[in-house]
Amino acid sequence: MSQLTNFTKGFVKENPLFVLLLGMCPALGTTTSALNGLGMGLATTFVLVMANISISMVKNVIPAKVRIPSFIVIIASFVTIVDLSMAGFLPALHAQLGLFIPLIVVNCIVLGRAEAFASKNTIGSSAIDGLGMGLGFSFALALLGAVREVLGSGKVFNITLFPDKYAMLVFVLAPGAFFALGYLISIMNRIAKKN
Amino acid sequence: MAKESNFKNMTLTLFVVSLMASTSLGFVYSFTKGPIENAQNAKINSALSKVLPEFDNQPAAEKFTREVDGGILTFYPATKGGERIGVAVQTFTKNGFSGQIDLMVGFLANGSINAIEVVAHKETPGLGDKMETAKSNFSVQFQGKNPESFKLSVKKDGGDVDAITASTISSRAYCDAVIRAYNALKKEGENNEPAN
Repeated sequence: MSQLTNFTKGFVKENPLFVLLLGMCPALGTTTSALNGLGMGLATTFVLVMANISISMVKNVIPAKVRIPSFIVIIASFVTIVDLSMAGFLPALHAQLGLFIPLIVVNCIVLGRAEAFASKNTIGSSAIDGLGMGLGFSFALALLGAVREVLGSGKVFNITLFPDKYAMLVFVLAPGAFFALGYLISIMNRIAKKN
Repeated sequence: MAKESNFKNMTLTLFVVSLMASTSLGFVYSFTKGPIENAQNAKINSALSKVLPEFDNQPAAEKFTREVDGGILTFYPATKGGERIGVAVQTFTKNGFSGQIDLMVGFLANGSINAIEVVAHKETPGLGDKMETAKSNFSVQFQGKNPESFKLSVKKDGGDVDAITASTISSRAYCDAVIRAYNALKKEGENNEPAN
């Protein structure tokens, strides 16, 4: 597999959110606005890249029977690093994402990539895989966030498009997340089939 | 991948992995401790400067706390030229639509409300979050009102407060937090009276 396909598969063919349907909990919880979705996506990207690199480095010294606990400890460390740094340097975003940052640990995408890719491939490929998957996830979250923000409050990236009295509030609430996600998945499936 | 797993190498691997993880976390913690504290102080200070009239002391340095209704209220006394000009009270309510709401309420020396800021809340975006000063004029109606004459409950409950449309629960919780702050302040004033 070439490095380019390693990178691009995360966007369309194996998009974590739209195709693999992984990471639903942060996807529905944090995408009340495009900016929150993007922030969550980028935090996950950092964890994915760092975890993929470190797991790929240690894959040959870790005995098979304890690989999952070892991977989880490595992933949890990077998540805590993100959590602490964000609280210190981006307090506003941290207040918005709150509970969902520590939950990156149990995000299936991160452990899934560690197990399915990083533990079998070289450091370089793993880093690119993590970056591609992470950015694909960020793109999906930002798109979902943007759709919900436009329909729900008439804004996108905090720029007002139309007054919020014409907006459908349900899209900012939890049920709207499912509506928006369902339509986005069907659109992505249509695009994937055409290709 | 995967070497043969035996008791010795499994124990050793988990030990080394955990050791490295805790070392790096200890390092990151000590590195981010300062910025996290600064960010929290900055948040408190910006709320203080918004709810209090102009002051020349350090309210955050002179703060004191009181336990009320199973929670903590924090008092930030403000003075100017040595004279007490007001107190900001960080108050809370547990009756929010989605849990706890923290408010910073600024009182003038005569007991009337100067301004109110939301410190933290989890209310519904687009509905209850209109309690934030940046999102609607809801909090403006409290400015300059003295809770002795201004009844701190929503009009539906016979009070004087215009509730946020479709967010009566959030508005009630907001009033609950302000009342808690006012009652605690009044009690504080009564306790201090003889000493003055």
